[in-house]
Amino acid sequence: MAMKIGTDHFKERVEHGINDSFMRGAVAGAQNSMGVRRQTATEELGNWEEWRSHGEEIRQHVLANLDYYLEQLSENVAKRGGHVFFAQTAEQANDYIKGVVTKKNAKKVVKAKSMVTEEISLNKTLEEAGCSVVETDLGEYILQVDDHDPPSHIVVPALHKNKEQIRDVFTKKLGYQKTEKPEELAWHAREMLRQEYLTADIGITGCNFAVAETGSFSLVTNEGNADLVTSLPKTQITVMGMERLVPTFEEMEVLVSLLTRSAVGQKLTSYITVLTGPREEHDVDGPEEFHLVIVDNGRSKILGGEFQSVLQCIRCAACINVCPVYRHVGGHSYGSIYSGPIGAVLSPLLGGYDEYKELPYASTLCGACTDVCPVKIPLHQLLHKHRQVIVEQEGKAPISEKLVMKAYGLGAASPMLYKLGTKIAPAAMNPFTVGDRISKGPGPLKAWTEIREFPAPNKERFRDWFKNREKGGKES
Amino acid sequence: MKVTLFATCLVDLFQSSAGKATVELLERLGCEVDFPESQVCCGQPAFNSGYVKEAKVAMKSMIDTFLNAEYVVSPSGSCITMFHEYPHVFQGDPVWEPKAKKLAEKSYELTQFIVDVLKIEDVGARFEGKVTYHTSCHMTRLLGVKKAPMILLSNVKGLEFTELPGKEQCCGFGGTFAVKMAQISEQMVDEKVQHVEETGAEYLIGADAACLMNIGGRIERLGKPIKVLHIAEVLNSR
Repeated sequence: MAMKIGTDHFKERVEHGINDSFMRGAVAGAQNSMGVRRQTATEELGNWEEWRSHGEEIRQHVLANLDYYLEQLSENVAKRGGHVFFAQTAEQANDYIKGVVTKKNAKKVVKAKSMVTEEISLNKTLEEAGCSVVETDLGEYILQVDDHDPPSHIVVPALHKNKEQIRDVFTKKLGYQKTEKPEELAWHAREMLRQEYLTADIGITGCNFAVAETGSFSLVTNEGNADLVTSLPKTQITVMGMERLVPTFEEMEVLVSLLTRSAVGQKLTSYITVLTGPREEHDVDGPEEFHLVIVDNGRSKILGGEFQSVLQCIRCAACINVCPVYRHVGGHSYGSIYSGPIGAVLSPLLGGYDEYKELPYASTLCGACTDVCPVKIPLHQLLHKHRQVIVEQEGKAPISEKLVMKAYGLGAASPMLYKLGTKIAPAAMNPFTVGDRISKGPGPLKAWTEIREFPAPNKERFRDWFKNREKGGKES
Repeated sequence: MKVTLFATCLVDLFQSSAGKATVELLERLGCEVDFPESQVCCGQPAFNSGYVKEAKVAMKSMIDTFLNAEYVVSPSGSCITMFHEYPHVFQGDPVWEPKAKKLAEKSYELTQFIVDVLKIEDVGARFEGKVTYHTSCHMTRLLGVKKAPMILLSNVKGLEFTELPGKEQCCGFGGTFAVKMAQISEQMVDEKVQHVEETGAEYLIGADAACLMNIGGRIERLGKPIKVLHIAEVLNSR
């Protein structure tokens, strides 16, 4: 599966994450500062909840009429002289793009940041076909230079690295000789990349929002790299997830505002680039040839089902930036290029439960993700829905857990049994009890007491106290 | 006013002091409290783990238990949140959905009930000590009760309040998460304890027995000199 990163099992990945103090420092610092910035940027609007509802309506409307808007989009792209390809699978998308590369005899591709091309492993496909691929987003560039380290965050892909680590990567791989100052590092990357833009045969981008009415698509960046990727090479290929579109510019404006405020706490990013088809006669720059690749890769299976709302996602990562689990384990622990709450919902849908069955449980269902989502995806409810599917349809829950839950069902069905169970609890736990606590619990309590004390059951349950009190008057 | 208490299984079995304080406090505020013996658990442990069928058994039992209650009040934001979730769980069920709705409409978390229904902001409590307060996730985010505990605590005489850094961040309990994802839970509760320590408070107060059991259990294990109390116990102090 192309979106999969690493080969370790979930537990090993988590352990690795927890032990990576550099990464954890970077993630916690980023969460703290992004949290404040997001808060300020959303409060500035004054009526954030109305904006969210509006965003949700737009996304729901698009999903409910996706066939219509996709057709409109492709017709309008074709009208402007662009080529449109619908890829049902990652392989089909890669084959098509490889076909364009071969036809153009391209030796070098420059790329703007795109999660969907990560999802389909496009870089690998093109490199195997003998075409070099250069990532131009600074974060992606750092990762590519560092032997294709996978992204750990959908907006800030190199979040897990601090500036000293980036300096070391540049020194080792690029012969960089300056300090870890971000300005110096960025300047070096700029110099290296400038040549790449000028010599590239093809530019490849992702797509934040395609506009169906005009056949345009927008790119939201802070570095301006997407402008160079789309204006210098003669051929341009844009790859988009099939749900990433809006009816008109009016809706795009709303979603861009929700996106930049939620993602980076900015009113607007430095660049919001909107492009429509190949260069026309009066244009001074732009590609001579334009291809739009629309990727399904499992999305149409989500459509119309109980997880449809996940397709509302505009990839802002606000949910990741507030997630207390992500905070401590980092993005690579999820084993998918989609991490955090959105990754825990999306990865099992796109990559299957066999690969990602642990992810829906990597959440306390605290709801912080749902609270910040600018398009109101009920993320914690979808995580819960996954658990239900795993237990009831997939039958993938552990047997020990099933037994505990079966017993729970019995106890809950019979208040008598419950009362008896809680009555004998102090005696049953007596062998493990010292004073008023249990420090080494049996069975399911073991994992609890490895970390914390567990209270010994009260000898006089609350219900006994209440009953005795009723009998003996109100004195206690 | 007649109030039917939903003590919750955790309070019944492990934190009876919070239950007792709840009863005494409500009575002092003029309520007549009853406790139906047939109450068990709100269904959350099974529900949150994905065992909806098993959870529904508990839920139906709870709905019937509180069928004739005028108000259902509980010293747990999380369990009341679960009650509010019942109508969604039984959506489309001609018998149980309307019953679930009725239960949800009359169910309140303790501080929410005191402030919103009884319209009391000062319960006349006195508590000497420096305290901090953990805002539990379900109670604040899902049930939407944020202000009530703050209002009540601000009127407790003698109480010195200090804000908990990262108070909105989950303590790492999450039901079965605490044992299923023990490694991650440990990191989360450790950060919580560290934040509590930073405040210099002698007491950590909360309105949810589950969060308190988690944070308190870790505080005890680490041997920190911080006492953990349910908000009902503080409001019942005089």
